[in-house]
Amino acid sequence: MYWLIINEHMETGTDTKAKEKKQAANDKETVIEIRHLKKSFGSNEVLKDINLDLYKGENLVVLGKSGEGKSVTIKCIVRLLEKDSGEIKVFGEEVGSMSDAELKKLRIRIGFLFQSAALYDSMTVRDNLEFPLRKVLKLKDEAEINKRVEDVLESVGLPDAADKLPSDLSGGMRKRIGLARTLIVNPEVMLYDEPTTGLDTITSEEISELIVKLQKKYQTSSIIITHDLSCAKITSDRIVIMNDGAYIAEGTFDELKESKDENVCAFFKQP
Amino acid sequence: MSESYTASRNKFLEEVGNQTSFMFRFFRNIFRGGFDWGELVRQCYIIGYKSIGLVGITGVILGFVLTLQSLPTLKDFGAESYVPRMVAVSVVREIGPVIIALICAGKIASSIGAELGSMKVTEQIEAMEVSGANAIQYLVVTRIIACTLMIPILTLMADALALVGGYVGNNVGGDVSAVLFYNKSFSAIDFVDLIPSFIKSIFFGFAIGFVGCYKGYNSDRGTESVGVAANSAVVSASLWIIVIDAIAVQLTSVLAYN
Repeated sequence: MYWLIINEHMETGTDTKAKEKKQAANDKETVIEIRHLKKSFGSNEVLKDINLDLYKGENLVVLGKSGEGKSVTIKCIVRLLEKDSGEIKVFGEEVGSMSDAELKKLRIRIGFLFQSAALYDSMTVRDNLEFPLRKVLKLKDEAEINKRVEDVLESVGLPDAADKLPSDLSGGMRKRIGLARTLIVNPEVMLYDEPTTGLDTITSEEISELIVKLQKKYQTSSIIITHDLSCAKITSDRIVIMNDGAYIAEGTFDELKESKDENVCAFFKQP
Repeated sequence: MSESYTASRNKFLEEVGNQTSFMFRFFRNIFRGGFDWGELVRQCYIIGYKSIGLVGITGVILGFVLTLQSLPTLKDFGAESYVPRMVAVSVVREIGPVIIALICAGKIASSIGAELGSMKVTEQIEAMEVSGANAIQYLVVTRIIACTLMIPILTLMADALALVGGYVGNNVGGDVSAVLFYNKSFSAIDFVDLIPSFIKSIFFGFAIGFVGCYKGYNSDRGTESVGVAANSAVVSASLWIIVIDAIAVQLTSVLAYN
């Protein structure tokens, strides 16, 4: 059995396998490194002491109850929210000390899929997809823009949706287009905020499988925030469990499922 | 009582600080590269062209009603020939810019507040920011500049139509030729009337755009906050228009008429 308790449990370090795993982790290239991250909203301390590593090419699922601060964590990574204290290094650079220009460059390398997909509802799907190409990458070549739009629509399985408005799309289709808009600039890291929330079981599985497929195709490293076990099972290479503002356990889906820790078991007892 | 006062004072100061910071962000982003001229033209079309009907009707009725209301009183003094001058001066100097700005505050500030508020609630603004796009420049700068450009033009149009309305109103209760009416009207107006009024309406336009964008961009989460953003945009923009008008009248009195 392998699973380890992060924070104080990890520091006791009696488990040999855990040490081996830690050594193996040290050999991998770290894309995102979070140390002692804290974030409060007024008197509400949401993130108490977050420590997290995302390795190149892996799908890391952060599992936790609603309101635990999972989304806050990934919003701190791209500085949509400012952290109170701690370190967040992305590609080896501290995010908190970046200038506006450096932050912009970093954000281009990170894709962020919002819970609601956040499509620009006054624009068609094509305009949504072209927006980052024209406004961020400043592409002018119409042939290249068209090719990228068609490719990415093909990748998410909606080749005929280009001229539709977001209001004409179903929840699952919106998520796919949101994913396409994020992937069109070829990000190196993907942050998914509850990618399957609000979708039926079948569509949730389709989206989860799509995440895995696109991760392989675009060679991204991903953090997937979710409380959906099915999504976690399909997408995860590694899972960390969040409880009360801190990560309490880490492992693969099967390892964590066998855990005897009651806080961990609680997540796997979901119907 | 004391705690409540302190909380209100802090909230007021925080709001002033936030608005000042937002204004700095606006000015800083005007001069940054990558300005979206296409979006500016689109906003000018939405804010300017799509307000022509409302502003036009308001202008005509403004002149018409002002003439009908003042005609009987001036008639009593045998001064009905002063009606065109009175209408022209009052519309161009004061009533035209203020009424049109208030009408536009209702139409444009609320629409901008609701649109950006809705984008905030549905995380579209965050999505824009996190993609690396300059959301302030794309959403805020274009709208504020469009308002600043379009409101003075709409005001000039409304002033001209108010004179048409005044002419119609004058002919309801009397018989004045168009040539005579407009000759008398324009003889009363000078550049010293037109320029301060035009400059004033530029500031009105800026206030409408700025307040609409600020309220929308900084709205809270939840659908209710969209309504709150739209509503407070209208109220604040109207208040700003009155305050700017009071300052402009004082400045004009000192600089132009002395």
